[in-house]
Amino acid sequence: MGELYKRFGGGLGTVFLALVAAWLAGMVLAPNVMMIDYALRPNLPPADIGGPRDVYSLSNVLYLANEGVHRAIFFKTVWASALVAFVTLMVCYPLAYWLAQNATPNQTAIAILALTIPFWINEVLRTLAWYILLAFRGPLNAALLALGVIDEPVRWYGDGGVLAGMTYAYILFMLFPIYNAIESLEKSQIEAARDLGASVWRTHWRVVIPHAKAGIATGCVFTFMLAAGSYVAPALLGAPGSRWFTEIIYNWFFEGGDWNRGAAYALVLLVLCLTVVLVTLKIARVNLTDVAK
Amino acid sequence: MSHSVELQNVGMAFGQTRAVMDVSFTVEGGEFFSILGPSGCGKTTILRIVAGFLEPTDGRVLIGGRDMKGLGPDQRPTAMIFQSLALFPLMPVWENIAFGLEARGVAKAERRKKANDLLKLVALEGFGERMPGELSGGQRQRVAIARALAVEPQVLLLDEPLSALDLKLRQHMRAELRALQKRTGVTFIYITHDQSEALAMSDRVAVMSEGVLQQVGAPRELYDNPATPFVARFVGETNAITGRVAAIENGIATVESAFGPLSGRAGDGLSAGAAARLYVRPEALQHKARGENRLMATIERVDFEGAFALAHGTLEDGSRLIASIASTELGEAPEIGARASFAFQNVNAVVLPDG
Repeated sequence: MGELYKRFGGGLGTVFLALVAAWLAGMVLAPNVMMIDYALRPNLPPADIGGPRDVYSLSNVLYLANEGVHRAIFFKTVWASALVAFVTLMVCYPLAYWLAQNATPNQTAIAILALTIPFWINEVLRTLAWYILLAFRGPLNAALLALGVIDEPVRWYGDGGVLAGMTYAYILFMLFPIYNAIESLEKSQIEAARDLGASVWRTHWRVVIPHAKAGIATGCVFTFMLAAGSYVAPALLGAPGSRWFTEIIYNWFFEGGDWNRGAAYALVLLVLCLTVVLVTLKIARVNLTDVAK
Repeated sequence: MSHSVELQNVGMAFGQTRAVMDVSFTVEGGEFFSILGPSGCGKTTILRIVAGFLEPTDGRVLIGGRDMKGLGPDQRPTAMIFQSLALFPLMPVWENIAFGLEARGVAKAERRKKANDLLKLVALEGFGERMPGELSGGQRQRVAIARALAVEPQVLLLDEPLSALDLKLRQHMRAELRALQKRTGVTFIYITHDQSEALAMSDRVAVMSEGVLQQVGAPRELYDNPATPFVARFVGETNAITGRVAAIENGIATVESAFGPLSGRAGDGLSAGAAARLYVRPEALQHKARGENRLMATIERVDFEGAFALAHGTLEDGSRLIASIASTELGEAPEIGARASFAFQNVNAVVLPDG
């Protein structure tokens, strides 16, 4: 902060600080405080707001705890998001390793361009592309039928479709942190491991992965949070059996008209996500500041 | 006796670039062998070919008489010490040292024991639990050596591992490396661009330039009898004087130069009348000495180096001359700006064809 004042002087420094503070207060703090406020108050007709029945309680949160179907969807969302993070990691790690250590600069440029171009299109449209690909009478089933892999069309919508759509949607959030981490690994480390007789697996397990741990943790945290908060992919690619918790929250707000219960549900999801993130980082022994890099 | 290493007509091309051309030499088992050359001369490429990181485009590599074709670095009886050392920063020292054993499936207790033995060998007892980042440059060096020796290699390949150390430590580590090599009997192939390092440590040295092997020989041999102009210039300081061969008699060639006839031992490939250069070392030049081979120079500066001083002068034709003067003789040293005469004995000079 002293640095800021030294560089820009008192006036401009204060303006910058005020802008950051206003941003944090208006865009981060206020919505969250409002969400908590809504979550803890009952859903009342306008006339009763501010009246004797308008008191803080945990009843909205408890409603979720006692509602079996919502609870099941909640936990399913959590572990399915973890699964999305895991699958994305499995897809991205080999790719990131290849890009960072083996690819020529030209190959890297082309691969990264190819990976980035789809992200110039809106997420809804990208998911819609999967919606078409995975359709019952869509290209994927047609191709598999033509190849004789399957005898009759498969219903991809549901858990499999959601997993595919999300893995695709969040690939860059996993790829880039891992790529950056592995790129900073000196090539001679890998050569030394090999020279000492280590197998490919051992080299990765003992040398590359420990080095890239912060990047892997960052990618997993990003992907998990994005997946848990995702709405488009489950809405388009899901089936009634693969409902996402965000859809329930949406329904409370826009179908049920109960903003308070919706806010309570959102609050629970937020708290859970934060817990998962902090526990993951603790297990991986990574600091939050490393992730922010 | 540890394994010998034999290179037979090894060549390496990267696309259009020829990094190594037709190199053949044999490193005897248990020898301390250096490959010396400026950066980009192909010495690291040769080391990586021996280690198995590169497959040569021509020729073969035999280690212990066995053709290494198709064998990767993990399958060869070699271990490499990298220029950066490449210690694993996230493993404690003992795990670093025992990594090769871990890869071979040795049980943990035994790995620990072996690591401790090796730590003792490199005089780092009790450092096993430290992290590499907590060690000094010299200590990291020794850990790298211990890690390479842990897999009991027949041949140890060292890629300028001392280049990051300061002078004092480097000299100390030279002696240590040399002693360690004698004690373990492992064949060492040592890469360096520092000629004094190569001369001080090695049993034999191979000098390379632009991918071509110039000469292989004992340090004294390279210094006293350089086979090519490159070796004469690169190994040690030297003065080169151009001229034409006037006569060759009893192994002594006389060169007709701008400063009159000068003579030195005749190298290979000389013929009367051909262009040649006479190479004479700074320490072979004697100030104020009498004799046939005399050179007059205007002294520009005298650099005091400690044990000796180097007098830098200009000859009559503008070319440079460097003469070494022992510190004990400095009272007699020529003054700056003065003309001084230097003489040398013909056995201390070498005449090589110009090229």
